[in-house]
Amino acid sequence: MNIDITDFEQFKVVKLTGEVDLHNSREVKNVLLDEVDKQHHVLVDFSELDYIDSSGMATLVEAFNRSKTKQVQFHIVGAVGAPLQVLKLTKLDSVFSLLDSIEQAKG
Amino acid sequence: MTSIISIDNLDAHYDDRQVLFDVNLQVNPGEIMVIMGGSGSGKSTLLKHLLALKKPTQGKIQIDGHDIGSISSKELKELRKKMGVAFQGGALLSSLTVGDNVRLPLEHNTNLDTQTIDIMVRLKLELMNLAGFENLMPAELSGGMLKRAGLARAVIMDPRILCFDEPSAGLDPVTSVELDELILKLREAMNMTMIIVTHELESAFKIADRIMVLFDGKVAMVGTPDEIRNSDDKRIQNLINRKSRDEEVDGDAYLKRLVTGD
Repeated sequence: MNIDITDFEQFKVVKLTGEVDLHNSREVKNVLLDEVDKQHHVLVDFSELDYIDSSGMATLVEAFNRSKTKQVQFHIVGAVGAPLQVLKLTKLDSVFSLLDSIEQAKG
Repeated sequence: MTSIISIDNLDAHYDDRQVLFDVNLQVNPGEIMVIMGGSGSGKSTLLKHLLALKKPTQGKIQIDGHDIGSISSKELKELRKKMGVAFQGGALLSSLTVGDNVRLPLEHNTNLDTQTIDIMVRLKLELMNLAGFENLMPAELSGGMLKRAGLARAVIMDPRILCFDEPSAGLDPVTSVELDELILKLREAMNMTMIIVTHELESAFKIADRIMVLFDGKVAMVGTPDEIRNSDDKRIQNLINRKSRDEEVDGDAYLKRLVTGD
């Protein structure tokens, strides 16, 4: 798994590549909470994510919840395939803000 | 495709009594394999071998590249983290709440934060329609709820392989259908390989990619639900049509059993 952080407009884009699972979800959590705590708006880029397990999903829930407290934007971008299926299975697609592309975050 | 589970020429015994005879089975990743057969056909014994609770007396079992007959205890521990088991009655620890039962594997095998674990437990309870039951004790749940709580615990680590013993036994028809749908959803989203032992025909035909039929410890057939339905094997048709076994009685042998017990 790789985590890349880039800038787009007012957002920090946190791109997750590969597989998020029990072994590395803590790393994802630290990065996301760190950005949210710095009052950054966050786009979590799922477009190159092959797999995310429930520890990864729980981590996103924690970060998303923190973003509400910190009043920053938090979107998941480009979820397809297995990660999208997991979002639907856990009904988290009704909790998170899901965007098709990074461009969509502009408007 | 490489099999995730491979059973070759497996024989199994309880002391002198042989219960499995030359069993062969290949299971593909993401496949739902249903093991079907009457009581005493060897289904549970086969499951015990897949969980490495029993070692083969003859033959070979490979799971995710590991030979179960010669696996080291360290490798077995790692392999078990990738395998979930849901037992017939749920097998929850009666002194722990539902939530504490479900979180047990995470507490033992990971170093995740408590809050992450809390959310993972609740996600799985939501999935099993058990939201809000976290703080109840197992004794306060119905049979169907216990089964779903057992399933929540079995999948809490997102296993690659799920073994499920009699998912629908003792459930009412509606709950049983709901559980079947949940099994299919889990496979679709998590791409889990599932070994499901059942004697519920309706459930088996609905969820299985392939079905293995066992009779008296021997594989009668492995095939898709359609192939099983259309089989001209009389015993399989009897099983499907719920006919009792109509075995010919050997009078002399019967008399001997009654008189001498042999």
